Amino acid sequence: MFEDTVTILANERETDAYFRLVVSAPRIAPRVQPGQFAHVRIPPLREALLRRPFSIFQVAGDTFSLLYKTVGKGTEALARMRPGETLSAIGPLGQGFTVPAPGGETPLLVAGGYGMAALYLLAQRSPQRGVVFVGGRRRVDILCEREFAELGWEVRVTTEDGSHGERGLVTQPLVTELRRGTTGRKLFACGPTPMLRAVARIAEEFGVPAEISLDQPMCCGVGVCLTCVVPIRTATGWEYQRTCTEGPVFDARVVLWEVPE
Amino acid sequence: MNLSVSLGRLTLPNPVTVASGTFGYGVEYARLLDLNQLGAVVVKGIRLTPVRGNPTPRTVEVASGLINAIGLQGPGVDGFIEKYWPFLKTLRVPVIINIWGTTLEEYAEVARRFDALEGVGALELNVSCPNIKAGGAHFGTDCRLLAEVVAACRRATRLPLITKLSPNVVHIAPYARAAAEAGSDALAIMNSYPAMAIDIETARPRLGNVTGGLTGPCIKPIALKLVWDAYQAVKIPIIGMGGIQSAADAIEFLLAGASAVAVGTANFYEPQTPLQVLAGLRAFLERKGLTDVRQLVGAAQHQLG
Ligand SMILES: Cc1cc2nc3c(=O)[nH]c(=O)nc-3n(C[C@H](O)[C@H](O)[C@H](O)COP(=O)(O)OP(=O)(O)OC[C@H]3O[C@@H](n4cnc5c(N)ncnc54)[C@H](O)[C@@H]3O)c2cc1C
Ligand SMILES: Cc1cc2nc3c(=O)[nH]c(=O)nc-3n(C[C@H](O)[C@H](O)[C@H](O)COP(=O)(O)O)c2cc1C
Ligand code: FES
Repeated sequence: MFEDTVTILANERETDAYFRLVVSAPRIAPRVQPGQFAHVRIPPLREALLRRPFSIFQVAGDTFSLLYKTVGKGTEALARMRPGETLSAIGPLGQGFTVPAPGGETPLLVAGGYGMAALYLLAQRSPQRGVVFVGGRRRVDILCEREFAELGWEVRVTTEDGSHGERGLVTQPLVTELRRGTTGRKLFACGPTPMLRAVARIAEEFGVPAEISLDQPMCCGVGVCLTCVVPIRTATGWEYQRTCTEGPVFDARVVLWEVPE
Repeated sequence: MNLSVSLGRLTLPNPVTVASGTFGYGVEYARLLDLNQLGAVVVKGIRLTPVRGNPTPRTVEVASGLINAIGLQGPGVDGFIEKYWPFLKTLRVPVIINIWGTTLEEYAEVARRFDALEGVGALELNVSCPNIKAGGAHFGTDCRLLAEVVAACRRATRLPLITKLSPNVVHIAPYARAAAEAGSDALAIMNSYPAMAIDIETARPRLGNVTGGLTGPCIKPIALKLVWDAYQAVKIPIIGMGGIQSAADAIEFLLAGASAVAVGTANFYEPQTPLQVLAGLRAFLERKGLTDVRQLVGAAQHQLG
């Protein structure tokens, strides 16, 4: 974990409300594990004090990139920043995905929206190629299809409006695929919470292991404030664990979606 | 140049500490900054038994501030000693343990347990957390209860005691006096201020606990005034806090009468803040030709005569 002033090399619109930011970060980039995130301070934000967390999308040498969607003041201010400007980034943070061992499980990735960002490094570093299921509301929500295909992965697209790929939810083709067979397969998912919950249920139903990356609002990002907690099953009951520190990636079986009474 | 200050019987190498609950148990930030440069490390509030804390969302960002309702999640005395003390006891700077309870007896028992632990710098009594239904705040908003809780802890330990006062009172002077008279060695001012935020789309409060406590730069002028008032009321030293994010902010607190300061919410967005404050304080003393940080303490009050 490092806190560094990183320099923007590129910050361009990908599709619609999605942008791709590349920064030079010589201490952070080489140490990133798939599924880890960076906690970024966006200097033009004055009254909004907190850093914003983003999954690390790609790494190349001393640089890393983010894939982000403009949803509010922070991401909008970020989208206006130009190459040459600097940001403060803390990273790499959190526990990422377990990269399958050579000859081990075949990964099935499930992504919604910017969830693709958290899964790219895993696809790149997995010794076995698998299938990536990607879903979104419309065509513009389907990100980096080409990049996954270039890694030799099969990409199955779903959109809710049918404007690209199969019409419907990302879990439909996933279920179809699991019906064909489950042995030696493992799910890895990142996306909106309802999608993750559906993936966890499907994993349980089919008896396949699954790792999911949770999207919880954060404050400090490094484990001190206890903002980002989620209820996690333990040997003796349950406890709150920190998404920023014990997560964001959890084994789907231990995530309790509601706080027990 | 002398930077060391004393809080009663406790001497700090410099006046820049961190605020309880914004620095975890120290270990989390150890990879980002050298904790031994701080004036003291102050850990998150501990009660006798483990605490789960409040439902989420637990924090919400507001203009120049933060509202939190963490609910004092923590491992309890035993969990703290087992998990965090082995690291904390290796630090060369004082470790201040923030403690709380739901009854007088519990406060005293927690104080007694830490009295038996070798190497604790001081205990900070949190009598002012707005996010706990039983205990916490009501001890801090009733002068008689405040005096009782301080006295009970005083009997339970020889460790220096710092009483952390609530801002949610009409006048702080009687509370400052009550704590001092009951045996507190120092005061910490201020805790968060009761507050809330509502999501207009869903018409629901933004915090799981509905209400919380406001902190960050927006509370600094309020905190400064409370320190100013308390300085006039008591002789015991004060740790000033509330929205400090720069050396200039810290110097204002010293000038108002604080002997030391604590950086809180700013750690969340800039973990280097305490060290930046310390460097800036040094540079300020140099520029003003001062040789001792204690020359600043209460100087704005002395100016007025
Ligand atoms: C571990 C992790 C990884 C993430 N990775 C990415 C990523 O790769 N790409 C990306 O675009 N975003 C990612 N996010 C979400 C991103 O952090 C938020 O979108 C961002 O903080 C919003 O900031 P803002 O100032 O633009 O929005 P604000 O003005 O703060 O809020 C605008 C709206 O966004 C909502 N919002 C704020 N934070 C979140 C959040 N964490 N999740 C969902 N909604 C939120 C608010 O409730 C509000 O409705 C990630 C979040 C986490 C926790
Ligand atoms: C997330 C959070 C948790 C806190 N937890 C505690 C606590 O456990 N005990 C305590 O006495 N004060 C606690 N506080 C209050 C701070 O120690 C401090 O008094 C307050 O935040 C004002 O300083 P600031 O504006 O610099 O943050 C907490 C504050 C925040 C923001
Ligand atoms: S965001 Fe502070 S503990 Fe996770």
